[in-house]
Amino acid sequence: MSKIAITSEGPELDDLVDPRFGRAAGFVIVDLEDMSSSYIDNGQTQVLAQGAGIQAAQLVAGAKVDCVLSGFVGPKAFQALSAVKIKVVQNLDEGMTVRQAVDKFKAGVLQYAEGPNRGAGR
Amino acid sequence: MIVAIASGKGGTGKTTVAASLTRVWERPLVAVDLDVEAPNLHLFLRPEIEESGPAWIETPVVDESKCTHCLACSALCQFKAISVMGSVVLAFSEMCHGCGGCIAICPEKAISAGKRELGEISRGYAGNTEFLMGCLRIGEAMSPPLMRQVKSRMKNIIEASGRDAIIDAPPGVSCPAVNAVMDSDVIVLVTEPTPFGLHDFKLAWEAFSPFGKPMGVVINRAGVGDREVYSFCAEKGIPVLAEAPYERAAAEGYARGRVIADLSPEFRNIFVSLHSKIFELAAGTLHKEAAHA
Amino acid sequence: MREIVVVSGKGGTGKTSLTGAFAHLAENSVVCDLDVDAPDLHLLLRPQTVHTEEFFSGYVAQIDSGLCTGCGLCASMCKYEAVRVAQDTFSVDPLRCEGCKVCVAFCPEGAILFPQKHCGEWYISSTRFGPLVHANLFPGEANSGRLVMVLKQQARQLAKARGKELILADGTPGIGCPVISSLSGADLAVAVTEPTPSGRHDLERVADLCGHFQIRLAVIINKFDLNPEEADRIEAFCRSKGHAAIARLPHDPVVTKAMVEGLVVTELPEGDFSKEVRQTWRKIEELSVRGKK
Ligand code: SF4
Ligand code: SF4
Repeated sequence: MSKIAITSEGPELDDLVDPRFGRAAGFVIVDLEDMSSSYIDNGQTQVLAQGAGIQAAQLVAGAKVDCVLSGFVGPKAFQALSAVKIKVVQNLDEGMTVRQAVDKFKAGVLQYAEGPNRGAGR
Repeated sequence: MIVAIASGKGGTGKTTVAASLTRVWERPLVAVDLDVEAPNLHLFLRPEIEESGPAWIETPVVDESKCTHCLACSALCQFKAISVMGSVVLAFSEMCHGCGGCIAICPEKAISAGKRELGEISRGYAGNTEFLMGCLRIGEAMSPPLMRQVKSRMKNIIEASGRDAIIDAPPGVSCPAVNAVMDSDVIVLVTEPTPFGLHDFKLAWEAFSPFGKPMGVVINRAGVGDREVYSFCAEKGIPVLAEAPYERAAAEGYARGRVIADLSPEFRNIFVSLHSKIFELAAGTLHKEAAHA
Repeated sequence: MREIVVVSGKGGTGKTSLTGAFAHLAENSVVCDLDVDAPDLHLLLRPQTVHTEEFFSGYVAQIDSGLCTGCGLCASMCKYEAVRVAQDTFSVDPLRCEGCKVCVAFCPEGAILFPQKHCGEWYISSTRFGPLVHANLFPGEANSGRLVMVLKQQARQLAKARGKELILADGTPGIGCPVISSLSGADLAVAVTEPTPSGRHDLERVADLCGHFQIRLAVIINKFDLNPEEADRIEAFCRSKGHAAIARLPHDPVVTKAMVEGLVVTELPEGDFSKEVRQTWRKIEELSVRGKK
């Protein structure tokens, strides 16, 4: 596994994790080999009436990541991510930075989700 | 004749007026509950339901073996209801508006029509009055598709039987409310003489005026609040077709599921007079003086 | 941050009057009027608008009559009967157009434009109870679910920026798209109902919806004295489903009196009714803290 996406409130590794997936401010994409990172803005998706989760899933799939770390992932987004075999880690603690989330992930203490943890919305 | 009973806000007594009018209507009638999100007319009319069944909307089903992942469908869909993720097409039925675009545009004919349940349509009789209602499924986000189907059933009934129709329209002035009144011949707005009542009544009057249909108002719970609604009607020349006074007996009767017109001869007379004024309004013979009840 | 949304299956149960009083009692909160179809809260809160923004949502088809050759393909493909023909001229009825883009995609002449729809405005205002986020949707517009999401986002941002720890929202009546949007992300839903057949029927539907989205529900029975037995049944229903029936409020003309004065009921000289409202608010606060995981 080399690339992961973390829902984030801003573009940097020291920005806070955004607990939302579909309506996250953006995604920090981290290459685990060398810890280089890039950012995908999710502003366009935030304003969608519906389908934000699906749109966001398309965005991260386009970045060719293997795994997504977030707080809440809804059912449609989950289904979309599973369809392209992107793994999901959810229930990240609030107030954590992107860097902390990545460190936890590398340490192997985070578990992959079996299913969505959010009814709808957010 | 199709009469829509509408109101800018809920809880003004729209359903009470619709139910009471049904009781005093002279010609053959079909009473239609188009307030599909919160259909209540049946609770007052207590019809015998003769038939009831699910209503559907067409949504796409994709045959993966034919799909070449050309993206045409997902590019067209305005509602993100069909999406191509890598080499998989995903259809999210509950988000689909049933436009049929993806089915028509797929070059491989890989998409066919499936369906999603919108809710239920029931038909029956309350005495001699035919009764029709739509009831939105819990969790279903779109009411206009179900309303369209109820309206087309209503048209069939009217064509087959020549009945008049009374529509209990959804409250408010957004898309469902406008949908319900736009095919009617007369619009009756129900309001109450309070600041909330007046504000919502103004919105409704502004929203429905462009249709150019005869429109009148019923003031419910007359006597509570203030006189502002009357001044507004006088200023705009909106006929006040009826006033139902605020009486505790009426509020309690309503709370017990009674039709107000059945409570007393006085109440019944209010609706008998409303009934004739609606016909005058439709015919354009309503006198200004007479209009101000 | 906590989010409390006040809802009601049907309108007219006193939802907005109570929300206004709660806005008065709540400390350090952002108030949000999500009842975008018929917003009334501003009549009580009398806001001073500090920021206005246009609201665009969705698209609408427009036929360029100069390019249209009258082939009729659009009319035959439109599932919403939005394409009209009058004297051989094709046009789209914007009130019926669903914005699905099918006609735009298939028109062989490329004669159909697809501009964004200007649907309303939203505002950030200041009131005597703190900031208010509210909106005005133009009549007949459909996309209120989307506008509700925008308002919620603004309220959340504002709460964050100003260090407010509570968002109190006046939700939309009904059970369709806007209500689903108003409930999403809430920590506690407070349903205001009344002891009438429609009241209970609609409450059951709202309760199902909250169940569907796993949101805690507290129930206020307003005007309980209109039918105390029905109020008992509503409470029994709440118990059986695990919803908290937190208050029975009487039918009291003081509510209308406050409304006529442009005040909320707890601002009038203290009486029995406002005492009970204060108590109810304390219970809501407790539940919303507990509702938070
Ligand atoms: S029928 Fe229309 S709304 Fe439904 S998925 Fe296809 S393109 Fe989208
Ligand atoms: S239009 Fe047809 S072939 Fe193209 S991606 Fe969609 S389903 Fe597949």
